[in-house]
Amino acid sequence: MQVHKYDVVIVGAGGAGMRAAIESGQRARTAVLTKLYPTRSHTGAAQGGMCAALANVEEDNWEWHTFDTVKGGDYLVDQDAAEVMAKEAIDAVLDLEKMGLPFNRTPEGRIDQRRFGGHTRDHGKAPVRRACYAADRTGHMILQTLYQNCVKHDVEFYNEFYVLDLLMVDEPGTRPDGTPFTQKRVAGVVSYELATGELHVFQAKSVVFATGGAGKVFKTTSNAHTLTGDGMAIAYRNGLPLEDMEFIQFHPTGLAGLGILLSEAARGEGGILRNADGERFMERYAPTIKDLAPRDIVARSMAEEVRQGRGCGPNKDYVLLDLTHLEPAHIDAKLPDITEFARTYLGVEPYTEPVPVFPTCHYVMGGIPTNIKAEVLQDNDTVVPGLYAAGEVACVSVHGSNRLGTNSLLDINVFGRRAGIYAAEYAATADFVDLPENGEAPTVEHIENLRSATGTERVAELRARLQDVMDADMQVFRTDESIRRALAEIESLRERYENVSVQDKGKRFNLDLLEGLELGYLLDMAEAMTVAALHRKESRGGHYREDYPDRDDANWMAHSMLYRDPDSEMEGVKGIRSETKPVVVTRYQPMERKY
Amino acid sequence: MSTTATEPAEGPSKVDLGAQGGGTGEIPSFDVTLKVRRYLPETSEDAYWDEWTVTMYGTDRVLDALHKVKWDIDGTLSFRRSCAHGVCGSDAMRINGRNRLACKTLLKDLDLSKPILVEPIKGLPVEKDLIVDMDPFFQSYREIMPFLINKGPEPTKERLQSAEERERFDDTTKCILCAACTSSCPVFWTDGQYFGPAAIVNAHRFIFDSRDDAGDMRLEILNDKEGVWRCRTTFNCSEACPRGIQVTKAIAEVKQAVLAGSF
Ligand SMILES: Cc1cc2nc3c(=O)[nH]c(=O)nc-3n(C[C@H](O)[C@H](O)[C@H](O)COP(=O)(O)OP(=O)(O)OC[C@H]3O[C@@H](n4cnc5c(N)ncnc54)[C@H](O)[C@@H]3O)c2cc1C
Ligand code: SF4
Ligand code: FES
Repeated sequence: MQVHKYDVVIVGAGGAGMRAAIESGQRARTAVLTKLYPTRSHTGAAQGGMCAALANVEEDNWEWHTFDTVKGGDYLVDQDAAEVMAKEAIDAVLDLEKMGLPFNRTPEGRIDQRRFGGHTRDHGKAPVRRACYAADRTGHMILQTLYQNCVKHDVEFYNEFYVLDLLMVDEPGTRPDGTPFTQKRVAGVVSYELATGELHVFQAKSVVFATGGAGKVFKTTSNAHTLTGDGMAIAYRNGLPLEDMEFIQFHPTGLAGLGILLSEAARGEGGILRNADGERFMERYAPTIKDLAPRDIVARSMAEEVRQGRGCGPNKDYVLLDLTHLEPAHIDAKLPDITEFARTYLGVEPYTEPVPVFPTCHYVMGGIPTNIKAEVLQDNDTVVPGLYAAGEVACVSVHGSNRLGTNSLLDINVFGRRAGIYAAEYAATADFVDLPENGEAPTVEHIENLRSATGTERVAELRARLQDVMDADMQVFRTDESIRRALAEIESLRERYENVSVQDKGKRFNLDLLEGLELGYLLDMAEAMTVAALHRKESRGGHYREDYPDRDDANWMAHSMLYRDPDSEMEGVKGIRSETKPVVVTRYQPMERKY
Repeated sequence: MSTTATEPAEGPSKVDLGAQGGGTGEIPSFDVTLKVRRYLPETSEDAYWDEWTVTMYGTDRVLDALHKVKWDIDGTLSFRRSCAHGVCGSDAMRINGRNRLACKTLLKDLDLSKPILVEPIKGLPVEKDLIVDMDPFFQSYREIMPFLINKGPEPTKERLQSAEERERFDDTTKCILCAACTSSCPVFWTDGQYFGPAAIVNAHRFIFDSRDDAGDMRLEILNDKEGVWRCRTTFNCSEACPRGIQVTKAIAEVKQAVLAGSF
């Protein structure tokens, strides 16, 4: 085992991790640990855009953007955080442009902007052009530009290093009111080098988690195979809370049967959803902004059409995205990649044929709770000194119960930057915390158990079962019964996981072993999502309970906070405790969310 | 590229879908034989071929077949992958002798009467099965200074760039650094020092960006003996590029710029 020492260690090299690294790398000795080569991160898959009220093509301002974010998130958004994000959005976009990002341009040579779901002028009056974009590969260009700037600033990467544990120490602390409590402090991380199978402990004054999402809990997803919720699960296992895990975004337009995303930009550019009767059904569900309603509403409307028998195809199990009324030249200029996905993967020509689509698991709104300085919270208001999180892994909460399109690329830039700055500033004043003795022992044991196990259960089999049940019972429509069904299956899979063995017993590039470890994270994530979903007896944003179809602000206008706690039991599951955290409301009182 | 903020065309409320509402019918299944070049350095110094036959469906890709083998038959089979739809650049490999992304190669487009040959990309050291050492590849990339260098004063807002100026280097911004081009290049196979097409593509992306001021520095780097002049225009790279980048054309434009000597 090797031990390394850095002021700041950043875990993850997607948009959030690299944006943090650019700041931190110029201020403190920084290492970035990433399980993928940085340019393989899933930020590169993002298509449609990154929003900011630049007002380059029409009147706009950050306050309207804040309002849309709060309303889009069904009022579960922390409004102080949304305000920070909407204000800093403008510089975030301009910074990327200065770093070299090739945005599409207006005739005047400014950054061009287009429409995206839920973004409106003057508090919902009409759609507004707020999304800055580079064709339909905005995420690709962000990822490349950030990597280029990391190269420029000589950021030190440890590529294909999997972080498997977070090392923290407990210290006695006293609250302002005099009550004693246990203060957690970060000491470093334990990581596994894919090439050699060797463990490396990184001691650090500051650690930034930027490990992205957990979409692979579901079968139908726009997420990469590697998005297995590692960061969230590692924090959770170490006694930190997870916030709002019941809120998962299903993006309306995944390629039917595959889940590969067709950006909302397709609808922003004029694309229309149709059912088997050829009807533009969104006119019925959201008369004002129709196909550009927020994602949860569009996704449910599509699923409802299918349930009512108006789905298309031999099994009537999808609807159609119609671009055929758009000029092919317009499609080529604005949507080249996604139309190629339709051609390559479904053999459909979008110029002339509508494309089969169905909702796909896309984004986890919940995650590791942080404040607006990207500091991780160990409870509702206590910061873990030195620990930061940003990007999809974090819940700051700017997305509330439903994220607006283009707000995540923004989130990773704004809060990635903040995490990098604050992590470096903290490291400049803090001392190293001594590494706990044998801190790597649980990881060694876990790996050795999995490598030497002789059980009969296979990783792929358990993962497939998990993903099937999550698709069937935890998707856009949920009931007490369906969630319990999912939970029972998850609990049985967790037991079976004890008997899992991997075939590859080697040390070098043992991806078989890592898939086994990742399955452990997926199971933890699925359990947290289902328990939280069972607990929240209302419908809000991405969480829709058919048995409680209304939003219930009187009882549920609060974030949920889940803790691993051996002494507790929740919804029949041992070892989990649930608490709530108040939503920060500054300007906007909850109103009905109508579009 | 049209960049005006014109009103997009508004489609009708209802259309007659005809047969399109009906879909395409049953999903076909077929048997596929995969023949994969294996190298497991912890068990043997020698590489060898392994073969499996698996049942696959409709629009399955080579990556799905590799997963089927890894997940159901032999967990030691090793390859990189992440996004599974051709945007992350993890899974470039030689499939039937051509460099492609496994996640973008549909099985039904291959000749299934014969085994599908799958090998690691060439010219980079093989680490295990289909996994190669990518460090030399990224090293060449780093050497061409792949970042915007602008010597002017920082503007308060964005730097202006016309739609035409933006279009000038659009093609080379698509690169996902998958190495399919570089590892299909015969020059690179025999001379690992050659920068290779991918590095030149990424230099092109900056040399032709109106906002960049360091084109001459990059051209000087690429005028080196391991630079653009090693390219023998075999077009392998353009054929290999999964992003459809006209790699050979980009290299030719860089050559011309070197000859023109000023930027
Ligand atoms: C298809 C698609 C399209 C999208 N389009 C848009 C859009 O148009 N606009 C928008 O705003 N949002 C969009 N999103 C959402 C947005 O792209 C993501 O939420 C965002 O990019 C996440 O960035 P990130 O930096 O948090 O994580 P990622 O980019 O996923 O990066 C995660 C990083 O963590 C590393 N990592 C993970 N686990 C470990 C571990 N255990 N050890 C070490 N490293 C680890 C990985 O190597 C990777 O580098 C889209 C998402 C998808 C899937
Ligand atoms: S130019 Fe094409 S083939 Fe070469 S690395 Fe880039 S994407 Fe891959
Ligand atoms: S897995 Fe990402 S390009 Fe193939």
